[in-house]
Parts: sequence; structure tokens; C-alpha cells
Amino acid sequence: MAQNDIRYLTPINIEIKKDKYCRFKKSGIKYVDYKNPEFLLKFINEQGKILPRRVTGTSQKYQKKVNKAVKRARHLAILPYVADLMK
Amino acid sequence: MNRYETVFILTPVLSEEQAKEAVKVYEDYITKNGGTIKHKEFWGLKKLAYQIQKKSTGFYSLVEFENDGTLIKKLEIEFKRDERIMRFLSIRMDKHHVAFAEKTRKAGTNTAKTEEKAEA
Repeated sequence: MAQNDIRYLTPINIEIKKDKYCRFKKSGIKYVDYKNPEFLLKFINEQGKILPRRVTGTSQKYQKKVNKAVKRARHLAILPYVADLMK
Repeated sequence: MNRYETVFILTPVLSEEQAKEAVKVYEDYITKNGGTIKHKEFWGLKKLAYQIQKKSTGFYSLVEFENDGTLIKKLEIEFKRDERIMRFLSIRMDKHHVAFAEKTRKAGTNTAKTEEKAEA
């Protein structure tokens, strides 16, 4: 019998948590361009919805700017309001 | 003096020359009414992300100009009156926006992308 085996009451968390960071702060981007759909595509999901900052890790200051840029792009038909599998 | 940026979409019913003419009309309008044009871009016929007035393409045009702020209202009324214009967006540029625009123009590419690549 393996009596020396360590037993845990709760399973240990093996998942390695990836550190989230704000990509704007890290790379020093001050302005979010609404005319660049490829860049904005990183902040929306496949349906064209804006991702929350708890997912992307963007800081609040820049999340506001991202929101504004996405909404401007939508108004100018650069990004769709609704979509299926747009990525 | 503030810096403004206007993007407008013209109907694809026009030919490219007609679209450019229409853009010229608005550029003249800006200069006549006390604005100074700093930069202009004609993006050509582009596909829209969704249909506007049952059209799936449109001619995009961008004009950057300086004015004290009285021009925007007049310009937007002109846009609304014009049947050739499907959509427009005018915004006041802040200092970061101006810096970004000038930087991208110098580099000829989008700096947001390149800056991020340099970090990664």
C-alpha cells in the first residue's frame, strides 16, 4: 500500500494562468484608430460583439477608446453591427 | 483652431470621376467657409460591412481640416442635403489623434500595428 502518497482534499490547480495585460499600455499606443478594421477585429468576437475587458485585459482608459472606435467603425460600415463567423 | 476629420461615403451609382468631382465640391466648400485643408484621401470603391440604402459598396473619402468649429454644422447640413452622400462622420481630433495621423502618413503604414509588432 502506498501510504506515503500525498492526498489532496481538492484537486490541485494545474492550469497555468496567463498574465493579462493591456496591449495599449504595453506598446505605448495612445490613439485607437477607427479606420483600421484588422486592428479592431482583435477586440470583437465572431458575432461582431465587443469583448469585455476582463477577457482582453485592456485597461479601462483604453477600453473606452476601443468602444468608441468600434462604434465609429460600425457607423461607417467598416465593421458590421451583427455578423456570423466574421473572423 | 481645432483639427477635424470627416469621412463620407458616396453612392456607387456614380462613376469614379463623378465621385472625385463630388469630393472636390466639398473641399472647395471647406476652403471657402474658412477652413484650411490639411490632408485628404480618396479610398476608392470599398465594400460595405452591411447594406446602406440597398447598396453594398461605396466610395470612401477622408478630409482633414482646421477650423474654429463653426464649419462643421454647415458642412453636415450640406451632406444631409446631398443625395450622393450615403453616410458621413465628422470628429474633432485630439492631440494623440493628430500625432497618430501624422506618424502614419510619414511611415505610410498603420503604426498601431507596427508598434505592437515591435513589442511582441
